[in-house]
This record gives sequence, structure tokens and C-alpha cells, in this order.
Amino acid sequence: MIVETEGLTKRYGTRTVLNGLDLEVAEGSVLALLGPNGAGKTTTIRVLSTLTRPDGGSARVCGFDVVRQAADVRGVISLTGQYAAVDEEQTGRENLVMIARLHRRTRPAARARASELLERFGLVDAADRRVRTYSGGMRRRLDLAMSLVARPRLLFLDEPTTGLDPVSRTTTWDAIGDLVRDGVTIFLTTQYLEEADRLADRIVVLHNGGVVADGTADALKNSVGGTRLDLTFASREEALRARSAVGGLADGPTLGLPSDGSAAHLHRVLDDLLAARIHVLRVATHRPTLDDVFTTLTAVAA
Amino acid sequence: MSAATTMVGRSIRLSRRNLDTAIMAVVLPVLMMALFVYVFGGAISSVQSYVDYVVPGIVVLCTGYGATSTAMPVADDMKKGVVDRFRSMPISGFSVLTGHVVASVARNALATFAVVLVALLMGFRPTASVGAWALAMGLLLVYVLALSWLAAGFGVIARSVESASLLGFFMLFLPYLSSAFVPVATMPPWLRAVSEHQPITPVIETVRALLTDQPVTSGRPALAWSGGLLVVAFTWATWLFRRISSR
Repeated sequence: MIVETEGLTKRYGTRTVLNGLDLEVAEGSVLALLGPNGAGKTTTIRVLSTLTRPDGGSARVCGFDVVRQAADVRGVISLTGQYAAVDEEQTGRENLVMIARLHRRTRPAARARASELLERFGLVDAADRRVRTYSGGMRRRLDLAMSLVARPRLLFLDEPTTGLDPVSRTTTWDAIGDLVRDGVTIFLTTQYLEEADRLADRIVVLHNGGVVADGTADALKNSVGGTRLDLTFASREEALRARSAVGGLADGPTLGLPSDGSAAHLHRVLDDLLAARIHVLRVATHRPTLDDVFTTLTAVAA
Repeated sequence: MSAATTMVGRSIRLSRRNLDTAIMAVVLPVLMMALFVYVFGGAISSVQSYVDYVVPGIVVLCTGYGATSTAMPVADDMKKGVVDRFRSMPISGFSVLTGHVVASVARNALATFAVVLVALLMGFRPTASVGAWALAMGLLLVYVLALSWLAAGFGVIARSVESASLLGFFMLFLPYLSSAFVPVATMPPWLRAVSEHQPITPVIETVRALLTDQPVTSGRPALAWSGGLLVVAFTWATWLFRRISSR
């Protein structure tokens, strides 16, 4: 196991952010830590990357204790935080050379590594422009490139595509995919289920500082029941009224409900709506998405 | 050590490219001096030529103010998560502060050079020996280092880049309550007491005495204040950095 935590706890004042977190990550895999804001995702990454001291429990990265052997941990990991940690007033190349120099590479070796990474992340044309002029997607790619200068064994990505447009998101995903093929272990956090579904071998759902689900995307989908009901109403208001009658997750005029797929359940839902005098326009059933898993799990845990 | 060298290179490059800071660091001192020599100078009577009297004061004021600008890039790094990247790397985390402090010394050396150059054009005639110059610059170096580390500490705890610049206002104001521009003997007694005992006065007096070939009478307090502040500020800033950033 490249990451092992046991009973990890972190409090800020009276607020408990991590509440006895147990986690294991196998080398070479991609783990997505999924959860709403405030679930403890960023704190987990900060503890594992030696930035924050835990209050209780233990965490080991590549066999090194994150508190007592922090320097050893830093030698094998890289961190890409939530906000692109790049120097705006330096060029892309200067940023990369700087990181390589900090990793004690000689000047020529640093330059060579910078050129290599600029090429790989499609930043050759922008290499000698100041980062201030880069788009959000280019910044993220540079940020990612800076994390790879020293060829880490384990890469932490904290919400790698938050705030990116769909095209940049796809290119970032492709870049992450390439890393996986190189054998880098990836530990990422995300609020997007689509992202977890697409990138991760294993998904851990975090809620209120603890693990509420752990498994592959398929296993998680199966765990909430086989089917999802989509009920469509005449208006958004109707859908919201229906939600207060039968629960579920409203999205415009449509209400999504987890279901066991039985006729009896459908019957019961329609009866309840009839009793509340809410008219259903259409009914559809399909396999649950990770969104359903998420809603179900975090609703249960809350 | 190599991490610190790289950080120094980074900070110098960043300050060279931050035009506002670069202009303020050099233009402000020069304008201040012109203001004092040509506007107020005529009205202030002193035993020596006023430009000779005021140059050390201007240099100390401007280096003090310039040093406090260290707080801004530090606050910027703290806010932007750049510090998190450096701290997750196998290097000494506070070398990022060292970088900003050394860049501050470089900026102030440049500003001092510009001030002295312009002062010479305005009629400044220092009578100091090379040794006295070296001593004066050495004292200024300790003074600038002390204030830069103090500012770095402020940068670490500042809530924003704007609030990090507050220390600068204070340092811009403090020298007026000293012997920088007028001899303290001209001040009302209570203000005179403040001026004589605040840390900047002995520094100014010592630099002035050294540059104008007068007997140095306040060398000890000047060095004690600056050196003491340097030790305290360095300890405070690095302690803060470790504490704040490990939360």
C-alpha cells in the first residue's frame, strides 16, 4: 500500500474535519476522494502531503510516517493544489526550471526537463510568455507539469478541474490518463462524479470526515439499488412540490428517485403523487448514475 | 543552500517584473529628497548644509519603507498556494522567505545607490573615508535585514496583500518623529523624548556621523536596536511560518 491511514483525526477548534479516517491506496492505482464541500477532502490531502499535522491517528505514505518522516514523504510525492500554484510574473519555462533547480538538478538538466514537459503538455508556443497571459486550462497544465518535474511516485490532485471549461477539462483528464499509464499513483479529490467515474479505479465517498462508501464506480452504483426513476412534471415548481411529497433530487422539471425497479415501488410513488394532486407527465427508468449514489449516501449519513 | 539561491533568483526576478514596486523603490526616495532639499530645505536652518544633513535621513527612511514592501510578495505567496507547493517539496520551506528578504536587500541597495547619486548632483558632499562608508552601509544592511524579516512575518499573518502593506505606512511615518529631517532640539520636549528614544534616531545619527566625518556617538544603540530587531524578527517570522503553514 502506498497510502495507509488509521483513525486519522483533525479538528479545527470545535469542528471535527476528519473523524477517524481509515484509507488504503494500492501503488499504481487511481483513487478518487469524492464528497461535498466541507467533507474533509482537502484536509486529507493536506495531511498526506505533510502540510497539516493530524490531531490523532496515523498516516503513512510509501511507508514513511507523514509527521515523523515528513522529509522522506516529500521526496516521493507531488502536490497540485486547488488553485494553480504558479508564478504569474514568470514564464512557463522559468516556473519549470525553478522547480527543477529546487529539486537540485543542474542548470542544463533543469532546462532539458523543462523543455520535455513543455512539449508533453502542449505549452511549447507559450513557453516564454508570462503565465499571467495564460488561459485557465494552460495554467492547470503548467501546474500539473510542475508537479511532475521530479517524477513523483504519488501525485495528489486537489480538485484538478474545478473552474475549467469542458474542453480544458477533457485535456486535463487526458494528461492524467497518460500519467496513469506511466505508473504514477494518483490520489485525487473531486466534487464531480463524472470525473471520478472516468478517472478512478476506486472511489471513496467522504462525508463529515469519514468514509461512507468505498468501491469501484459500478459497485457503488449497484449498492444504491438497480434503478433510478425519472419523473417529469409540467414545471419546475411542480417538481419541487413532488419532491416534498416523495423525496428525491429535482433537476428542472424532472425529479430523480432511487428505486428497486419493482412495479410496487412505482405504484406507491404514483399513488403518493396522486394523493398530493401532482400530475406526472412522463416516467422513465434507468441505471443509477454516480450522482444518485452520492445523493443517497450523503443523505443517509446526514 | 541551493534552494535558497534558487528562491533568491525567483524573488529578484519577480520584483524586477513588478513595475509598481520597482518604481516606488527608486523614484520615491529620489522625489523625497528633492522635496526636502528644495522645498523645505530653505526654511530649515542647520549647522551644516541641509543636503548633507538630510541625505542619511532620506536613505534610512526609504530603505525602511522599501524593506517593508517584503510583506506583499510574502502575503501573495501565502494566499496563492505557492507556499503549499514549496512546503510539499523536499526543501526547507522558509527558504521562500529568505528569497524575498534577499531580494528586498537588493532593491534597497539599488535605491540607496540612486539616492546617493542624485544627492551628489544636488550638492551632497560626503567627507567620509572608504572605511566609514563601509561601516554605514553595514549598519544599513543590518537595519534593512531586520525590517525585511519583520515585514516577512507580517506577510505570513496578513489576511490580504493590502493589509500586508500597512506596515509600510507606519515605516513611512516613523522617521518624521526622529532626527531625520530636523534636529530633535527644535521639537517640543515630549516629542523630543519620543524622537530621541525611538530606534530609528540612533541609526540615522550613526549613518550621518559616519558619512559626514563626525564623531559617532550612537553606534552602540544603533547596532543594538537593529541587531536585536533582526534576531527577534527572524525568529518570529520563521516560527510564524512553521506554525501558520502547518495548520
